[in-house]
Amino acid sequence: MMTSISKILKSQKVILMCSIILGTLFIISIFAPWIVPNDPIAVNLAYKLQSPSWDFPLGTDHLGRCNLSRIIYGSRISLGFAMLIFISSLLIGLIIGTFSGYKGGWIDHILMRFCDGVMAFPSLILILGLVGIFGPGLPQVILALMLVQWVYYARMFRGMVLSLKEQNFIAAAKISGSSQWKIIKNHIVPNVLPPLVIMGTLEMGWAIMDISAMSFLGLGVQPPASEWGAMIHEGKSYIRTNPELMLYPGLMIMVVVVTFNLLGEALSERFGIKRRF
Amino acid sequence: MSLLQVNEVTHSYGTRALFNWKGHSQKVLSNISFSLGEGTCLGMLGTSGAGKSTLGKVILGLERPQLGQVLFQGHDIYTADKQTRQNIRRDLQVVFQDSYSAVNPRMSARRIIAEPLENYEKLTITEMKRIVIELLERVGLSEGDLNKYPHQFSGGQLQRINIARAIALKPKLIVLDESVSSLDMVNQTLILELLRELKEDFGLSYFFITHDIKAAYTISDKLGVLEKGKLVELYDSKNQFFTSEHPVVKEMRDSILAEHPRFRSVRTRA
Repeated sequence: MMTSISKILKSQKVILMCSIILGTLFIISIFAPWIVPNDPIAVNLAYKLQSPSWDFPLGTDHLGRCNLSRIIYGSRISLGFAMLIFISSLLIGLIIGTFSGYKGGWIDHILMRFCDGVMAFPSLILILGLVGIFGPGLPQVILALMLVQWVYYARMFRGMVLSLKEQNFIAAAKISGSSQWKIIKNHIVPNVLPPLVIMGTLEMGWAIMDISAMSFLGLGVQPPASEWGAMIHEGKSYIRTNPELMLYPGLMIMVVVVTFNLLGEALSERFGIKRRF
Repeated sequence: MSLLQVNEVTHSYGTRALFNWKGHSQKVLSNISFSLGEGTCLGMLGTSGAGKSTLGKVILGLERPQLGQVLFQGHDIYTADKQTRQNIRRDLQVVFQDSYSAVNPRMSARRIIAEPLENYEKLTITEMKRIVIELLERVGLSEGDLNKYPHQFSGGQLQRINIARAIALKPKLIVLDESVSSLDMVNQTLILELLRELKEDFGLSYFFITHDIKAAYTISDKLGVLEKGKLVELYDSKNQFFTSEHPVVKEMRDSILAEHPRFRSVRTRA
């Protein structure tokens, strides 16, 4: 059973399918203003809580706003900011992890004990605490997520740099007269980045979940902007009469997170990368 | 003045554990002194764990010894200023045992060989390419190998690339750290032959670290024997190795397999 699942995961089809789904979503979110049938934030109480029709393909919410338009605009925030968090925490992690691993000594000790401290808390609690300090709002949530996420990347980068710097080609580069900066740029970063980008795909799913969770709690995206978590939050008052208000954004979150996770698993299976912290 | 002068070098590796603050240290080199002139090859023989590779690292400037000094062309490589050290690096190169781990898997042969040139010479791209091709041809490879990656080469070919990188700056001394030990017999002979040619062409000196007595005998002018971190014997002529009565040397000599089992008791084969 297990072997067959891992075999399916490894297959090229999964990678291809996930890439197509995510690619389509990215294109839709980029071209959202030209695709959406209605203005996502235009309130029209005369059309509130309507069923699907030609004008509103997925119906309307309690303020008469087009659900489909809101979901399409919501993908911009979810995907866009997840990407931003991923890239920025990867960069911070890369810089600090590489520096810490390459330098070693007391710098390494201090930085890594700090990382251990951050990792000792459940990340969601820590993010909640940070957002509590910064105050609600999307930029604050993004900052809090970045501040928590980079620690995991730094830890992974450091581990890889540690094993890499004992390799002979690093010694050979030193003897060739290459400067420390050049060794890091030409020999270390190109060897640690590709596996981490693949592992990062798995983290994208988590970032989307976290943004949505914060918005659901009313800490992230503020009305009237549309975001999937915020849409679920607004729809929950109508769960008995109009459950689809929660269902559509919920489904979107599920599809995107599952796709990112499948893609991440498939890629790391395919390239033989083990996750380690 | 000799090219390389090693004066009373002592080094040990220490470990410190959580509940053992003092830790314990293991002496890997003790009181080693020798010198190496220009154009000569000193073979350093020793069993595993004798401290050969550590000695190589100390000479290369990668592992600072606890005591003693390493003089290269009269300059102490660990206390010299940055500029002098950079100049020493230029004349002091290395070829490692494991050819695969000695090259960055994400670099093409061209970039691998060009790396030392980039650091020391100001060359245009076309000049650089011409020199890299010359170097490739010098070590028995061709222009077609220029853009190949390490996984596309065999161990022997990759070792040639390592040699090309080492000779790129026309150094004075190359440390050969078990450079032929991971190759098959045919490639060993070919690489040793290449090293001997290069030595004559460029007037190179070698510090040849090995456990392979035959390889050491083939290429060396002088021989040293390292045992448990001590330089037990140092011969000005390699033939003295076969007449020495030192117990460690005798043991080493006895381990050489004869061409035929009938000759196994033959001990002196000079």
